[in-house]
Amino acid sequence: MNVPAAWYLVLAAVLFGIGAFGFLTRRSALIMFMCIELMLNAVNLTFVTFSRTLSDISGQAIVFFVMVVAAAEVTVGLGIVVAVFRRRSSTSVDELSELKG
Amino acid sequence: MKLVIPSIHYLAILPVLIFFGASLVLVLASALARGKVPLWVATSTIVTAGAASIVVNVVQWRCVARAGASTTIAHAIVLDDFSVVASGVIALSVIMTALVAHDWAVRERVSGVEFHILALASSAGALLMTQANDLIVIFLGLEILSIGLYVLVAFDRRRATSSEAALKYFLLGGFASAIFIYGAALLYGASGSTNLTSISYFLGSNVVLHPGLLYAGGALLLVGFAFKVAAVPFHLWSPDVYEGAPTPVTGLMASIVKIGAFAALLRVIISALGTQLDTWRPILFVLIVLTTVVGASLALVQRNVKRMLAYSSINHAGFILLGVWAGTVRGSSATLFYVITYAPIVVATFAIVTLIGGVGDEHHSVEHYQGLARRQPWLGGALAILLLSQLGAPLTTGFYAKYTVLASVVDGGGGALALIALVSAAIAAFFYLRWTLALYSDDRLDGARVVVPKWTGAVIAFGVALTVVFGIWPGPVATLAQHATFLFTP
Repeated sequence: MNVPAAWYLVLAAVLFGIGAFGFLTRRSALIMFMCIELMLNAVNLTFVTFSRTLSDISGQAIVFFVMVVAAAEVTVGLGIVVAVFRRRSSTSVDELSELKG
Repeated sequence: MKLVIPSIHYLAILPVLIFFGASLVLVLASALARGKVPLWVATSTIVTAGAASIVVNVVQWRCVARAGASTTIAHAIVLDDFSVVASGVIALSVIMTALVAHDWAVRERVSGVEFHILALASSAGALLMTQANDLIVIFLGLEILSIGLYVLVAFDRRRATSSEAALKYFLLGGFASAIFIYGAALLYGASGSTNLTSISYFLGSNVVLHPGLLYAGGALLLVGFAFKVAAVPFHLWSPDVYEGAPTPVTGLMASIVKIGAFAALLRVIISALGTQLDTWRPILFVLIVLTTVVGASLALVQRNVKRMLAYSSINHAGFILLGVWAGTVRGSSATLFYVITYAPIVVATFAIVTLIGGVGDEHHSVEHYQGLARRQPWLGGALAILLLSQLGAPLTTGFYAKYTVLASVVDGGGGALALIALVSAAIAAFFYLRWTLALYSDDRLDGARVVVPKWTGAVIAFGVALTVVFGIWPGPVATLAQHATFLFTP
């Protein structure tokens, strides 16, 4: 069966939308972080689809860069989440309210 | 199938290599050394790397003058006067920050070289952004710059606000990066390449029948950039992060992130999407109006000077965007002039804020500045000059910077926009003047003198000298900025 490229693009857009929506509505730092990862993976799917329709290999190569960046973000991000968690035993961003104004 | 390895012009990427190499040298040194690497070694590594990078920039400048602008590594990196000037000022800002951070680390008893390693690595990201000619390279530069900064913001482990600010910066920064790269993906789909030159060529030689992808991609890229330069309505992270971060880090962020992000934004808007400028102008228009007005108005109600400076830098971001809106050679050179004169000033301003902050980095309310100029005329006077320069007072670089961006906008037919920006500058003048008046008001903290360590003092003096000398005589820097933007604009 041949699935049209547009379907992949729509799927990617929906995934990206779910990620963005989740990021804006959820209050746990870890889940917000997962939503960012979901958005990045939607981007990867978009790149691969376009790479296929354009018959251009560079789109697939870019996916590796995005993956590496996502991995680097995970290491730093989880470190920061742990640092905050040690101080307050919570990862909810609503409780981060010392900085306001 | 034959694999073609792209040729590499090493001179073009040498500044990035120097900064990254210096960072690796420090990592190795701290791993191999018995005991701790002394602070002065780390500081002098940054200063040496910065100085070496500036020397390389001079060589690059002569190379460009002789052989013209060139691209390398499969056209992903560009070497032109624009990248040379922008990277030179980044290196200068990093040197200044390193000296301020040295005295800060001595005062706060911060040992270890992690601060320096991260500062070097993120500066390498900023340098890469100035040279990027490909959306993916811009993305990589942005991430190298940001990931280092996330950790630097969290560096002060004694204050809860520091890690809180880092978490906010990290979450919103990651969100912005995801939006940016999705924009890049859509633009890749619309034009068939992520290379800025190819995109520009494609858009110039084809009629795009279904421009939806193109518009969506460009808009998402703009949103990503707007987050990074803290343009309203994507500015919410900025005051919190400016307040929570250790003060020298705030200075670093305010300077190199602005230079890197605006350099990349100019390249994307002018050289890749230049033919579509009329499509982006309304979006930029709204962004600029909101950024200048909201930045200036909210600065008025702040009591914490770091938050105040955050809103002031939001207002400046709006002004810098004006030159991008104009989209002409004049606008681009005005943008470059604004960014490269703003960066040293803001580092010097945060150097003074670091000093007044005192041990623990806590004294950041305006009250702590009451009567500073009466107790210490030199320090207070220096801060007054730096603030007046940010306000845009005549005889400082701020005046000429504001004048050129406004002139370029009026040239481009944006009289209303220029007027709104001027009004916002008038609003901003209130809080700069209020702060300056506080410096000269009655002394509340009788005789509590602030010690000025020599390196920080040198940085402040240098910042003041730059803004006064080139304020009175802006010719050389203006010529430099014009020369630098002449080549890449169509």
